[in-house]
Amino acid sequence: MIRTLTGAMFGTAMAVATLVTGTGVASAAEEVNVYSLRQPFLIEPLLKAFAEQTGIKTNVVFAKEGVVERMKAEGANSPADVILTVDIGRLNDAVEAGVIQPVKSATLEANIPANFRDPEGRWFALTQRARLIYASKDRVKLGEITSYEELADPKWKGRICTRSGKHDYNVALLAAMIAHHGEAKAEEWLNGVKANLARKPQGSDRGQVKAVMEGECDLAIGNNYYYGAMLADPEQKAWANVVNPVFPTIGGTKATHVNVSGVAMTASAPNRANALKLMEFLSSDAAQEIYASADFEYPVKPGVKWSPVVESWGRFTADDLPLSAIAELRSAAVKMVDRVGYDG
Amino acid sequence: MTVEADAFRGTGPSLDDVAAVPGNGHRRWHVAAVAVAGLVALPVLAIAWTALFPTENIWPHLASTVLPGYVLTSLLLMAGVGLGTFVIGTGTAWLVAMCRFPGKRLFEWALLLPLAMPGYLIAYVYTDLLEFAGPLQGALREIFGWSTKRDYWFPEIRSLGGAIAMLTLVLYPYVYALARATFLEQSICVLEVSRTLGRGTWRALRDVALPLARPAIAVGVTLALMECLNDFGTVDFFAVRTLTAGVFDVWLRMGNAGGAAQIALVMLGFVVLLIWAERRSRARQRFHHTSSKLRPIEGIALRGGRAWAATAACTLPILLGFAVPVSILADYAFTSPSAEWSAAFFRHALNSLGLSASAALLAVTLATLLAYAARQGANRLVKATIRLASVGYAIPGAVLAIGVLIPFAAFDNTVDAFLRQTIGVSSGLILSGTVAALLFAYTVRFLAVSLGSVEAGFGRITPSMEMAARTLGHSPSATLRRLHLPMIRGSVLTGGLLVFVDTMKELPATLVLRPFNFDTLATFVYQYASDERLAASAPAALAIVLSGIIPVLLLARSVGSSRPGTRRGTY
Repeated sequence: MIRTLTGAMFGTAMAVATLVTGTGVASAAEEVNVYSLRQPFLIEPLLKAFAEQTGIKTNVVFAKEGVVERMKAEGANSPADVILTVDIGRLNDAVEAGVIQPVKSATLEANIPANFRDPEGRWFALTQRARLIYASKDRVKLGEITSYEELADPKWKGRICTRSGKHDYNVALLAAMIAHHGEAKAEEWLNGVKANLARKPQGSDRGQVKAVMEGECDLAIGNNYYYGAMLADPEQKAWANVVNPVFPTIGGTKATHVNVSGVAMTASAPNRANALKLMEFLSSDAAQEIYASADFEYPVKPGVKWSPVVESWGRFTADDLPLSAIAELRSAAVKMVDRVGYDG
Repeated sequence: MTVEADAFRGTGPSLDDVAAVPGNGHRRWHVAAVAVAGLVALPVLAIAWTALFPTENIWPHLASTVLPGYVLTSLLLMAGVGLGTFVIGTGTAWLVAMCRFPGKRLFEWALLLPLAMPGYLIAYVYTDLLEFAGPLQGALREIFGWSTKRDYWFPEIRSLGGAIAMLTLVLYPYVYALARATFLEQSICVLEVSRTLGRGTWRALRDVALPLARPAIAVGVTLALMECLNDFGTVDFFAVRTLTAGVFDVWLRMGNAGGAAQIALVMLGFVVLLIWAERRSRARQRFHHTSSKLRPIEGIALRGGRAWAATAACTLPILLGFAVPVSILADYAFTSPSAEWSAAFFRHALNSLGLSASAALLAVTLATLLAYAARQGANRLVKATIRLASVGYAIPGAVLAIGVLIPFAAFDNTVDAFLRQTIGVSSGLILSGTVAALLFAYTVRFLAVSLGSVEAGFGRITPSMEMAARTLGHSPSATLRRLHLPMIRGSVLTGGLLVFVDTMKELPATLVLRPFNFDTLATFVYQYASDERLAASAPAALAIVLSGIIPVLLLARSVGSSRPGTRRGTY
């Protein structure tokens, strides 16, 4: 039996070897290589539209961790042309690791407002997402909570659900709080929120809304596009239906904390021209509309129509705190989460 | 009856004695072993190298905040899973190997099934089922008229206890497989002698069979504990903060890869200490079998309540570790409107199967080479490199992937630079970002599994047979081919199949290292399941589990027929 088994294993191994060499990256064709920290099902519609418009094929590796390290190790020979990621902190990581090259493009500069791109062209934001409070329709009156600061109010004791304080989105929110209020005040606030938690921080943004539906808590923190995604999902629609999205204000302003997803060109980019085409395409009306309608994010290009669902939640003002300030305070925010013992 | 008296005294001839056999040919084995083990140890060394250059000293911050909690949680998790896998694995192995009761034939192979279930999947499934918002608690609230969480008590699945339960359910088969193989390979004579000397069934287990099986059981539990340490998916999902969580915080959120590597090395220290302590407590005990009288074990017939208790004890782990999660996944896959059925499955499945088969083959081949070299009177250097080569299993997959990237890319870039200089041609990246990098990573990660299994096999062969073969003029290679391989084929197959199933489930290293446009079933599941979209990923998840069943059944078969004197095909 051993012999047949070994034979079978060898056979499969060989089959795969041939299969795999077939899927390798051919260098002759028109193509562009993408390292993506965004999930494939989110970016596939965009890449498809890009291929239809330009005839350029995209090759993708998706991973949430280790992408920057991979580029660093691969060095000048790295096949990656662009990196797609969420969170300003992650964009900043890539820049600091030295794996990014600056890009100068009139198209990108025309499409993307100056506050949504690096002055030196090392990264460009493509979408904007607001961090919302989802309030139970039954148990929280409209207008009962209007700011992030109020989350620390003892009246919410045992009524708040969030994901881990270490998650990129919460870290960015905390970094923004530090920028607005200073370390000491922000830490006091985080301690207050911790005291109000209904349960140990866990799960994803969607999971928090689910918990509101089941009565485990009354307030949840989550990014705006999850609300749209849940409404579009036959199963999760019921979760989304029990909450009102609230655009909270930060630091006494009338503005809501926002984060971005973005793109950067790698230092090694072997297909530089095509990479630039992809970046420009992603900032174009066509792509920005896909971002808006399929992913429920806010397009960065002014004048691009929002998805009707997103539009129905109303307009809001985005906090004008520079994104770079949030990126810089990230490490301080993570350490604060540790000090407060937020994740329990 | 020719039971080796040494087995009882626990002072058999040590492995080193084999070196006394005249002849040569050891050296070549040793050189090969050091070369192979050194290569496999490269990623660990690369991580150690990274640890020398942290961007800041993270220890003061960690020590004054979360570190004590992380360490305690890690230790409790290991203690819980270690105990759980030992009790379930050894207990069920003893029942099916030595007793007769209803369903025994079925349990022999079905007890291995949870092995096909990845830890992160079982965590997703049980959370969906047992959390406050899940159907079970919903039904309870309906029945008893409770409304909020404060009205009643229900165990929190997302907790340390939950993580211990989940990991125990999917990891006990390691202990079960190795323990059962050992129980079956034990000469019935030893047990009969213990019975004639007045030991009852359970005392025979405690006093004779368990001590004899200890090396194999220790290997099984050690593997389970190393899995515990490298696990990130399950504990992260359950919001249980272990040292692994610390590694990822420091690496990804504080941007300090060096600091993260330092924590990973401390975790490795845990493992090395653990292995060392276990080995030391066994000291120089060696258990070999020399008896060729291995007629089928009759088994003690259990009756009445005892028989049903045995049936229940074997049913429970299968039910909880396999039947329940698989039914839930199947339910999602076939009834949920959001289930993603895709033609690309077939391609992903083929990738998964091919990688797993290749990794299995590679891992057992190298394990056999290393284990056999260690047997040839290896010196400290050889033994130490082999140990170093098998610690990769305890490193979180994503961190290990970085360890693989560094030497591979360095090699590629060196070759490229050399060719550019000499003949003006760029070779680009030859190995990085190819399937070769993936296979290497799997080998580094799972060598411990195959090595443990193969070493257990070698350990049961008495050196006197080897000495006889060598005295008769066989070279070490010929001795391996003609004496050992036929005798350890069961262990080799076990090791290979374990690596196969492990590779099917592997996620974090695959994510980081894979080539462009390349998905396995595990990476496909991940993109949905990581976003609370379990239903969407259910068909692919089901495919992972189902394609893991075939090797698991083969494994059951190989363990069953590993007993010399047992007819092929009977279990």
